Amino acid sequence: MVQDRSWGSRLFSLVNYTVVGLLALIAIIPFVHLIAASLTTAQELREQTFLLFPTVLSLDSYRYILSTDTIVRSMGVTIFITVAGTSINIAMTTLMAYPLARRTLIAREQLLLMVLFTMMFNGGMIPTFLVVKELGLLNSYWALLLPGAISAFNLIVMKNFFQQLPDGLEESAKIDGANDLIILIRLVIPLSMPAIATFSLFYAVSHWNSFLAPILYINDSDKWPVQILMRQIIILSQGGVGDSEEMAPDFVVPPEQTLKAAVIVFSNLPILIVYPFLQKYFAKGILLGSVKG
Amino acid sequence: MTGRTFRASGRAARLPAEADSRKARRRRRLRQIRLDYWLYVMLIPGVLYFVIFKYLPMWGVLLAFKDYQPFIGFAGSPWVGFKHFERFFTDPSFGLLFRNTFIIAAMNLAFFFPVPIVVALMLNEMRLALFKRIAQTFIYVPHFFSWVVIAGITYIMLTTEGGIVNEAIAGAGGDKVNFLMSESWFRPLIVLQMIWKEAGWGTIIFLAALSGVDPSLYEAARIDGANRWRQMMHVTLPAIRSTIVILLILRLGNFLDLGFEQIYLMLNAMNRDVGEIFDTYIYTNGIQRGLFSYTTAVGLFNAAIGLLLIVAANKIAKRFGEEGVF
Repeated sequence: MVQDRSWGSRLFSLVNYTVVGLLALIAIIPFVHLIAASLTTAQELREQTFLLFPTVLSLDSYRYILSTDTIVRSMGVTIFITVAGTSINIAMTTLMAYPLARRTLIAREQLLLMVLFTMMFNGGMIPTFLVVKELGLLNSYWALLLPGAISAFNLIVMKNFFQQLPDGLEESAKIDGANDLIILIRLVIPLSMPAIATFSLFYAVSHWNSFLAPILYINDSDKWPVQILMRQIIILSQGGVGDSEEMAPDFVVPPEQTLKAAVIVFSNLPILIVYPFLQKYFAKGILLGSVKG
Repeated sequence: MTGRTFRASGRAARLPAEADSRKARRRRRLRQIRLDYWLYVMLIPGVLYFVIFKYLPMWGVLLAFKDYQPFIGFAGSPWVGFKHFERFFTDPSFGLLFRNTFIIAAMNLAFFFPVPIVVALMLNEMRLALFKRIAQTFIYVPHFFSWVVIAGITYIMLTTEGGIVNEAIAGAGGDKVNFLMSESWFRPLIVLQMIWKEAGWGTIIFLAALSGVDPSLYEAARIDGANRWRQMMHVTLPAIRSTIVILLILRLGNFLDLGFEQIYLMLNAMNRDVGEIFDTYIYTNGIQRGLFSYTTAVGLFNAAIGLLLIVAANKIAKRFGEEGVF
């Protein structure tokens, strides 16, 4: 490619790189600031409002928020919901997508229509809440796992993915005497691992970040996922974690801002740790949906 | 020639055996079902899921025409016709909800929608691959955090008690602004949060469309004397036009879908008049105050408008020569 070396072009590049660079910084600076604020002393934060790199490291705020088991228990709930929920999502979505991908299925069109219609119209928050309530699932973890077990959109995308697999595979396996369930487990799923991994990532992130389902269905504060706890502490400024009785007598409770920063950072550690490694799979995965079949 | 004769004679031969062939077809279907036995077994959990958690609530929408009494249950509660709708349409909050939902949706469309397109075009102009990749990694980050985190960060940074924004304003000699309790700041804050969280992620789909542009088009444009700006306007932009149109139509179809979580987390007693939308109203009156039938009616009204918008948007898409969404 011939490079354009005119003055206008260079100026354009300069402005372009500067603006994009600024946008990139704006996107992550709040996180850097939070991490810095959570790791430093109250004094340093007071002296330097726009702290990005602390010179004095202190784990006091973490020691304090971890002095009670509130936040750890909530993290446990969220981890359980994420793992169990994602497994249910993948199992249910795969099991339904595979038959729908097979052309010999009777009533296939009608079933697809049934799925598509739920993307356009739904009963809404209150009727769904009442169904969950009538099933006796209120205040149980099942209420966080079952009502969103299949995403209609992901189901359709996975069905389209299965349809792209060559037909001959199934034929020959059937001649060898395998039934469809064995074909799905031994043949189709191994071939679809990249797609299934991507769906798992998306389902897992949505479970980790889910806020609406727990405020609808979970009253018991012992069963709160970490998102609800974060809202209580950071936005409503109630029910702080940490117990000064548990700390050494000369321990000074860090200021509220530092504690809140520590709560956010701690609650999102798994995402912060995992993101850099998985980022490229997410970006690729979102385009799975654009394959129309 | 021979093919046509063959087909014609085939039909003639089948005609007298019409009844027989129907029976044969049924037999074939049954045989096919028996062959695909496991496929039907696999469908069971999924179909049950859709029936219980999607279609049962749709049937439950009938609650909007009843007076739900928890102790009698759904079936026993008395029918009341359009009572709840009449109450809602005459309630002052109806106009308020409509206005708030509409204004916030329109602001999102006007100020959020173009941002990912512009950012994608800028990223596309970058030749330093490493710089581009790092910038992309950074601008995708906020997408992966929950609305609780985004709202939490907003609270921590904007509070009047030690938030860095107000510290900066005070440091520059200005008066502190109580962003979080202010009516005039609510809507701009919602749009800014939306841009900060989702605009970077939104570039992906446009970047994918841009990667498909044939490089020789740029060569040709350059030989014709087009500078980089004109190349962008006449080569790059037309290449993503159909993506833009499709996404715009999808957005219009979900116009009223503002996202309960974001709005709910930013609402408080001081900004409710400009921030309350259908979903948050349904939550506070339905779940918290127990007005199940009334809020089901509100939800049904909202869903009906949503359905109408989706169907209309799809019609427009087809008129534009796009495939449509369904």
